[in-house]
Amino acid sequence: MITRLNHVSVFVLDQDSAYDFYVNKLGFAVHTDAAMGPGMRWLTVCPPEQPELEISLMAITEGMMFKAGSAAQMRALVSAGTFGFGVFECNDLLATYEELKAKGVEFTKEPTREFYGFEALFKDDSGNWFSLGEKKG
Amino acid sequence: MPVFPRIYLYRRVLSAKRYIEENYHLPINLDEISGEAAFSKFHFVRIFKMAYGKTPHRFLTGLRIDKAKLLLQTGMPVSGVCFSVGFESVSTFTTLFRRFVLQTPAKYQQLQLARKMQMKVSPLKFIPGCFVQKIGWAKNSNFQ
Repeated sequence: MITRLNHVSVFVLDQDSAYDFYVNKLGFAVHTDAAMGPGMRWLTVCPPEQPELEISLMAITEGMMFKAGSAAQMRALVSAGTFGFGVFECNDLLATYEELKAKGVEFTKEPTREFYGFEALFKDDSGNWFSLGEKKG
Repeated sequence: MPVFPRIYLYRRVLSAKRYIEENYHLPINLDEISGEAAFSKFHFVRIFKMAYGKTPHRFLTGLRIDKAKLLLQTGMPVSGVCFSVGFESVSTFTTLFRRFVLQTPAKYQQLQLARKMQMKVSPLKFIPGCFVQKIGWAKNSNFQ
């Protein structure tokens, strides 16, 4: 029986820029930032109230994980906003929307009441999109 | 663009929150902030809590503790950290830090510095094995 999710990967174009986005704009905490040699870095962040879930910000670079062609394809797909990695939750969507927008986060969908809930969509600095919903109850 | 009347309340609360974020290291009077946000104190606390899930006072304390954690990780002495983040006494800082982090600042610092050191020496211990294998870092004996 699977009991928990503790790591999830988000592929990013640039880890320094992703660090700034996730930490300084979204307010996430750095969990692990380990240099693994020239051009290689293991960087994970956590939502402020979910320290047990590490989001690994994986650089799309040619090397051991991506071959030259596939790295370029992956970068193009991420930049084009192909991937949606999940749904974040907040206490109050309008307040969070205002706050993130003021920090320069790009929303592709403003807070909207849908049949499944109240949500907005935003993109990270690489182009990955996320849903942002309001905590129910 | 959809019009949300509540949005104006949020903008005022947001500016109060940003004020706290920018001035957490200074003596902050929450009564003044609620006044600047053009709310009664009661109304301000209620709206703030609705938006951010905690009272302004709790938010300020939590923010100071979070900033203290970052400074402690740099090796700054506990008393220096205490005053840098806006606490006025080391004993209050230590009490609140223990309440939030479940460790004293000194113990937290000791563990974090040790963790940082180990991360430099043996980074693979901090990375799930599946990623180590997939990325190929296991082949580099320098990381072991």
